[in-house]
Amino acid sequence: MNKIPNRQAICETLMAHAKEDRHIYALCSDSRGSASMTPFFNAFPEQSIEVGIAEQNLVSIAAGMAHCGEKPYCFSPACFISTRSYEQAKVDVAYSNTNVKLIGISGGISYGELGMSHHSAQDIAAMSAIPNMRVYLPSDRFQTAKLIESLLQDKKPAYVRVGRNPVEDIYSETECPFEMDRATVHGDLEAENDVAIIACGEMVRPALEAAKLLQDKGIKAVVADMYCVKPLDQDTVIKAAKSAKLVITVEEHAPYGGMGSAVAVTVGENCPKKVITMALPDDHVITGKSAAVFDYYGLNGEGIAKKAVEVLK
Amino acid sequence: MNKQEFDAKALTVRSLELRKVVLDMIMKSGGGHIGGDFSVMDTLVTLYFDQMNISPENQDDPDRDYFIMSKGHSVESYYAVLAAKGFFETETVVNEFSQFGSRFIGHPNNELPGIEMNSGSLGHGLPVSVGMALACRKENRASRVYTVMGDGEVAEGSVWEGFMAAGHYKLANLCAVVDRNRLQISGATEQVMTHENLHAQIESFGWNVIETDGNDIAKLHEAFEQAKTVTDRPTCIIANTVKGYGGGEIMENKAAWHHHVPNQEEYDQIVKALEAKKEGVLHE
Repeated sequence: MNKIPNRQAICETLMAHAKEDRHIYALCSDSRGSASMTPFFNAFPEQSIEVGIAEQNLVSIAAGMAHCGEKPYCFSPACFISTRSYEQAKVDVAYSNTNVKLIGISGGISYGELGMSHHSAQDIAAMSAIPNMRVYLPSDRFQTAKLIESLLQDKKPAYVRVGRNPVEDIYSETECPFEMDRATVHGDLEAENDVAIIACGEMVRPALEAAKLLQDKGIKAVVADMYCVKPLDQDTVIKAAKSAKLVITVEEHAPYGGMGSAVAVTVGENCPKKVITMALPDDHVITGKSAAVFDYYGLNGEGIAKKAVEVLK
Repeated sequence: MNKQEFDAKALTVRSLELRKVVLDMIMKSGGGHIGGDFSVMDTLVTLYFDQMNISPENQDDPDRDYFIMSKGHSVESYYAVLAAKGFFETETVVNEFSQFGSRFIGHPNNELPGIEMNSGSLGHGLPVSVGMALACRKENRASRVYTVMGDGEVAEGSVWEGFMAAGHYKLANLCAVVDRNRLQISGATEQVMTHENLHAQIESFGWNVIETDGNDIAKLHEAFEQAKTVTDRPTCIIANTVKGYGGGEIMENKAAWHHHVPNQEEYDQIVKALEAKKEGVLHE
């Protein structure tokens, strides 16, 4: 089992670049430990800014710095950075078009036991609704590193959500196909598939497990790792939908306004097919460690496979 | 920096003339925030024509001074000053302000030359200025960062997050102005949410605080000059102003004129008041 969470991959990637580029800054809101950013703060104190527990300040300060030519990366729990500082993200970052990268750590239900205040099951919906804001949910540490490498090259706003816990590797150091704003496809989009499973973030792993379980039952599945929720890779969504009888989306998010909604709109407009969106409930999420909570709601390999079998019947 | 010798009288006249541009902008568009425009105009004129190293020629120079109009609803006065400074034509902004499809939106828009950041939602300018001041200090720039807030605006919690961080980081290159006209849309600031201890409150966050007459350009000049001599703290200038200043009895110190659009008769009276004030200044 991999022990490196995606947040650590972000820290390592930024550290590798911060040596050469003194304009890269990390900003934390008393969150450097939870963000795995302590090594960055220790190694690059001159490129580290602590703002205290003040997420609005975090985002506005970053916007001001970006306007003056710096490249700030803001780290705060996804539940806070996506909604507590929502207006700062909208006005100071997206509307003013500043090169700020917002990193939502411990996203989704990473803090499963801590209750709804600490869950970010609205962040995709909230951030996606802002013009000029991009939304990314990388699946594993290798893809996370590739995404950050790519974001370091551009000057546009973005929101990245990662979970707290290490996730099993999907890719590897040498095998991590990555094209910016293009989903990574597992399977054959040209084949006649029974089901197309489109997942993002921590749900990609169970989607791949489901595909395997389905294959054992003679059901052919293609999986799209849709780390780029906005801009959504519509081309892959359409191809995947056209190749299959059924589309299933899986995400660690509320059922409204997430990746599944965006996929359903794209499929509905371009190649109408049945779309099943698997997500957290529109309700208080049950208390527990995230893995147990996922199991409870069927957001695991078995649950996704079961849903596919049921609907395909 | 191409700095002219400070001439309080000339700047005061200019400030009164620019209020007429604001008035025309509001008459033509049928909307705007005239009360705050008139109270803050002297601060803007002092910043743009006396204090700041900013012009259309150096607007992309990283070493320029930076300004954020945090009280974005006073955009008409901001546009009038930027036009006078040569960032765009006065006639264009008067004709196009708030019109359908216009770039001259009813709050500052940084797609226009001379405008650093979009504002409009209150409580953003100070925290963003903190980021700018931090970056300028990191880059060893001589730049100073200025922001102007309304006194109603300081009820926003994010303002205090900004005061806190600027004090913590001892940002001496940052100067905030509070346009203290004591009126907001619902009435007197002291009735809506009191700021009677504003001076002490800001000081307690580690700031140098200067109170001055914000409708007296010579005094504003003095305050900004004094701010530059403080090297270990940010400075906040509490600019005590009169809402609607210069527009005469009809509109001065009246909350209803926060965003009132004058009718023709009122327009004529305001023009007359501005002219009378200008004559008075010229013949002092």
